[in-house]
Amino acid sequence: MSRPVLETQGLTIRFGGHAAVDNVSCAFHAGSLTAIVGPNGAGKTTYFNLMSGQLPASSGSVHLDGDDVTRLSTAARAQRGIGRAFQITNLFPNLSVAENVRLAVQSKSRAAANLWSRWDHHAEWISRAEHYLEEVNLQDKRDLAAAALPHGDKRKLEVALMMALEPHVYMFDEPTAGMSVDEVPVVLDLIKRLKAAGDKTILLVEHKMDVVRSLADRIVVLHNGQLVADGDPETVIALPIVQEAYLGSMPAAVGAGEAAS
Amino acid sequence: MIQSALSGDLPRSRILSFLLLAIFVALAFAPFLFSGSQPINTAAKICIFIVLVASYDLLLGYTGIVSFAHTMFFGIGGYGVGLALYGWGPTWTSAGLGLAIALVVGAVLAFVIGLLSLRVRAIFYAMITLAVASAFAILAGQLSEYTGGEDGRSFRVPPLLRPATVLFDVPFLGVRVDGRILSYYLVFFSALLLLLAALRIVNSPFGRVLQAIRENDFRAEALGYNVVYYRTVANCLAAGMAVLAGAMSAIWVRYTGPDTTLSFAIMLDILLMVVIGGMGTLYGAVIGAALFILAQNYLQKLMAIASEATASLPLIPHLLHPDRWLLWLGVLFILSVYFFPSGIVGKLREMERGR
Repeated sequence: MSRPVLETQGLTIRFGGHAAVDNVSCAFHAGSLTAIVGPNGAGKTTYFNLMSGQLPASSGSVHLDGDDVTRLSTAARAQRGIGRAFQITNLFPNLSVAENVRLAVQSKSRAAANLWSRWDHHAEWISRAEHYLEEVNLQDKRDLAAAALPHGDKRKLEVALMMALEPHVYMFDEPTAGMSVDEVPVVLDLIKRLKAAGDKTILLVEHKMDVVRSLADRIVVLHNGQLVADGDPETVIALPIVQEAYLGSMPAAVGAGEAAS
Repeated sequence: MIQSALSGDLPRSRILSFLLLAIFVALAFAPFLFSGSQPINTAAKICIFIVLVASYDLLLGYTGIVSFAHTMFFGIGGYGVGLALYGWGPTWTSAGLGLAIALVVGAVLAFVIGLLSLRVRAIFYAMITLAVASAFAILAGQLSEYTGGEDGRSFRVPPLLRPATVLFDVPFLGVRVDGRILSYYLVFFSALLLLLAALRIVNSPFGRVLQAIRENDFRAEALGYNVVYYRTVANCLAAGMAVLAGAMSAIWVRYTGPDTTLSFAIMLDILLMVVIGGMGTLYGAVIGAALFILAQNYLQKLMAIASEATASLPLIPHLLHPDRWLLWLGVLFILSVYFFPSGIVGKLREMERGR
């Protein structure tokens, strides 16, 4: 198999004596969508934070395109192509929707820190931001302050910020959490389109098993901070350890049919 | 052309445009519109404080950095130019050299303070700047051999800027154009250029990132912006602008001392001007500075008149006595924060949108 785009080796973080992520080694390849599942408190978001740099690893390493990025800052990792959409919406509340996306577009440009040119003279940034607004169906709300959006639209904007970064690795942390039923497809279609492009590395933390099954090429199961299962969706879901560790503790997430199989 | 000079950042309110235009005209023609030395002193002080307050707003309003060290940079500018003119003689070379040294010292200090402490939480940063600024003020007061101590230093400015220098034999618009008027226009045009430059900076890609950092530094970092870098550069820019304001002040007052540039009272004045005018908008700095300094200079006169007019009534004339001017300024401040939390500029823009 080709070299992984993103890889963790023995990745661990301890808070006091408790290892929230415990010796997790896992590789993620281009062109595949990996779902990371596990009960609440399993360490999924913490694992994401270690890979995108919001938390420093206690031990182990993170490699991006073969380079060790364990000691790099969040910003440096983002510049190298790690994109992150957060579980708890993280926007620029008093800036307009369009400005939120434009700032994501601007980030990787050489002129991002230019002091003397005018922001509104960078037409290319504005049109690219517009493109991503259309991707998530927010073009009609471009002039509203992000704080004024309803919850579902905030979630879409959250995803648009990561899309506009045009990363190599897309990390979705429960992108549809709290969205109304009719809004979920917008985000799912977006992920499907990303996947169809064929060259993206996509990581997805998700609780809804129907979403996981319809999107994932592979499922990784975390439990108490440890990687307990890794494989193609059907096999992983059928594993006894998963039935016990994950599905057993969250019976509501699974239909009766799967539990029996 | 105006659009371009303002970097596309228009006042976006008719009343605000009118107020800004009125302030601009009053300041631009102050020596010809008003007679006597107090109005022109007030006008020069407004110009200087517009620069100082705008530079502070770059930190507080645009980047979300709470610093109490801004008067230190104002003082560095004042002392740099003042001590150079005092020690090396009243020439343009010594003024320029003093300013250059002050700019370097200011930028290096801002860089070091920023790099060491912009990683910590806002409240700790505020405390660190407070400590550094106090230390600096004490140092300036104690190194009297060099700084003149608490008395400060009076010095002479280059000949061209002295009141005795008369430029034209014939009066212009009924006013004798002397070095004092030339000094005023040096201050005025410096302030105008610096304000336009600041407008340019806040409307640059860099300036937009500063606002993103103010809004959510965590997300700015996740989008690939090195937050410490941006904050440090903002810190240095604001410091440099404050140094220039200090230099303007030294040239105008021909004196530098702890009370005119370094005192904590000035820091409070700056804070009030930013908040009253409206944080996060440079026009707020203009309105805040103009209003505050006018109140500082003319509220007492107004109160003296009111006090005399109500002399026959009990208690009221005492409350309106000119010595009580700070009380009334305080009341005005509380009312303005209560009714215009987003400052005068924020309120005016809101009214315009509401139409």
